[in-house]
Amino acid sequence: MRVAVLAVQGAFLEHEKMLDRLGVDYVELRKKEDLKQSYNGIILPGGESTVQGKLIRELGFYDTLKDQIQSGMPVLATCAGLILLAQKVENDDRSHFATLPVTVKRNAYGRQLGSFYKEDTFEGIGKIPMTFIRAPYITDIKEGVTILARDKEFITAVSYGNQLAMSFHPELDEDTRIHQQFVEMVEK
Amino acid sequence: MEENRYALNKELAQMLKGGVIMDVTTPEQAKIAEAAGACAVMALERIPADIRAAGGVSRMSDPKMIQGIQEAVSIPVMAKCRIGHFVEAQLLEAIEIDYIDESEVLSPADDVYHIDKTKFKVPFVCGAKDLGEALRRINEGASMIRTKGEPGTGDVVQAVRHMRMMNSEIAKIKTMREDELFQEAKELQVPYDLVVYVHENGKLPVVNFAAGGVATPADAALMMQLGAEGVFVGSGIFKSGNPEKRANAIVKAVTNFTDAKMIAELSKDLGEAMVGINEQEIELLMAERGK
Repeated sequence: MRVAVLAVQGAFLEHEKMLDRLGVDYVELRKKEDLKQSYNGIILPGGESTVQGKLIRELGFYDTLKDQIQSGMPVLATCAGLILLAQKVENDDRSHFATLPVTVKRNAYGRQLGSFYKEDTFEGIGKIPMTFIRAPYITDIKEGVTILARDKEFITAVSYGNQLAMSFHPELDEDTRIHQQFVEMVEK
Repeated sequence: MEENRYALNKELAQMLKGGVIMDVTTPEQAKIAEAAGACAVMALERIPADIRAAGGVSRMSDPKMIQGIQEAVSIPVMAKCRIGHFVEAQLLEAIEIDYIDESEVLSPADDVYHIDKTKFKVPFVCGAKDLGEALRRINEGASMIRTKGEPGTGDVVQAVRHMRMMNSEIAKIKTMREDELFQEAKELQVPYDLVVYVHENGKLPVVNFAAGGVATPADAALMMQLGAEGVFVGSGIFKSGNPEKRANAIVKAVTNFTDAKMIAELSKDLGEAMVGINEQEIELLMAERGK
């Protein structure tokens, strides 16, 4: 089993450290040739979605990754990754892979002063640490999307088929349970 | 400052990694930078090359101009305040800036004390020429470090020198015996626990970017190969012939910093680079400000 980590910009190393802790092999996706390696799951890390959204197109990942996600390859997306997956971005006319039938709002909590940490319930796992950095949240979902976490009335984590997406950063905290759940999805 | 806020501020810097932060002076430039793939912009009235040319006292930018840039883009916006000028920092916090750069590029307001950055909720990035400076700034509350380079020159030599110095000092501490760390802390004039962190982890406790003199995709890749986690580009972009194309190329060179073939391709037809000034030709070494 091997996981591909999108490594064009952002906090991809943090996800790789999580995979190290779980003893899972991974490859980095930095350029088109990297897609030739074999892998069974994809991680879309945090960072700036404008930068990542641009680079996945210009470096030649877009079509292949979109096909893989649509055909059911498991994907774990955090923060900017959620924005890459979302079908609609409320305050941006660009959408990216658009494989996840939700609407997200970018920088929904405002600027850096709005960033926060809390512990809250994640469906099926329990209480976990959640770090929100200039985070988005989900304002609307379509049929078939399962809500996994909320912050007050806002949706902060969902799953849809093999897509697991959240607006916070499990890769920044010590708790490995979300990555564990993703790895189990990949193993299936 | 609560521990939580400092952690969140260090984590914002983690999200910027592998990215390029670009100096911009107008909302239009900010939009070009965002479209070219900047992971953040630094809003300032004059880019370092012009500050150097104009001379005189250089201060925090007009808040209205900074807010214009905040409204123009969705990526994080940083702005500079003078070293030691905690009121300029308070104003930047009041307009909800995402990151404050306590910067040697502006004229220092205090020749002894830096800002007590632990008193602020917004994060700070500070320049450092060596490990001692970096750890002193971190102890004062900086949640991100950059090399000082020599801003506005288009000459990368100082950024290289600072990054190499930092690396070799970190490597030295990593191989020290534990009983030698006390003396090392004394020599660097930094708290013992920060030295222990470097000893155990072989890196700074915060993200470390390169800044100063980066003008080409190759310069950016050089800094990344030397261990920078991302790059600030100041005058190098908007002082060049084709800012848009150059900005695009530098962003991609930072992502694929070991791929010489790709960087060679990216370096083609970029138009004129900023002319630049050699280190020996300048009278004012900004990197010597604030130690």
